[in-house]
Amino acid sequence: MNVRLYVLQRASAAVMAPLLLIHLGVIFYASRRGLSASDILARTRGSLFWGAFYATLVVAAATHAAIGVRVVASEWTRWHGGMLEALMWACGLLLAALGLTAVAAVVLV
Amino acid sequence: MNGKRGEPNTGGHRRDPLWLAAWLHRISGLALAAFLPLHFLVFALVLSSKAALDGFLRWTANPAVKVAEAGLVFLLTLHLLGGIRILLLENLPWFAGHKQLVAGALLTASMLALVFLVRAA
Repeated sequence: MNVRLYVLQRASAAVMAPLLLIHLGVIFYASRRGLSASDILARTRGSLFWGAFYATLVVAAATHAAIGVRVVASEWTRWHGGMLEALMWACGLLLAALGLTAVAAVVLV
Repeated sequence: MNGKRGEPNTGGHRRDPLWLAAWLHRISGLALAAFLPLHFLVFALVLSSKAALDGFLRWTANPAVKVAEAGLVFLLTLHLLGGIRILLLENLPWFAGHKQLVAGALLTASMLALVFLVRAA
């Protein structure tokens, strides 16, 4: 892992840490009496705050996970060079695309 | 951790709690990365219809799914607290007590998962 990826990995972790503490709180609060689409959408639909919150979390998580998967693959497999780069980008882009689609679905639609 | 100078590495470091913590951090991170696409796809169900999301959420009331969700709460909490410990380790002067922090993270993650399960029951 080069310095750029190391800094990105730690910076994304630092961004995510407080957001995940809030996310854990929301999980416990929202699941207190069972989840329903109406409950979720009542909180998120049209909300600039939750839209920005979850979009930031998705981008940070996609960055963090992609670099993390690259690190683990470099340690546990014989993959190297371009294969690791391809794995990292595929993982990051997939998570970012799916995550931002999910955020748009619960905030904008 | 790695045996004395000149002696072969017998793998003793693998019994060190901090090595276990690093291993758990990687395993929990991989598991969470594998789970995230499914998590996102569930919320994207709203794009087809609200009823589709409701149908899936009703399925999650299944006790086996609740146990799996408690497992995810455990993994997320463990990875989060383990990550905070790594950030502290790398950005603050060295301090004793990292093994206690690892034990605390395991205990907190287990307790939160248990509380989640009890509330869901």
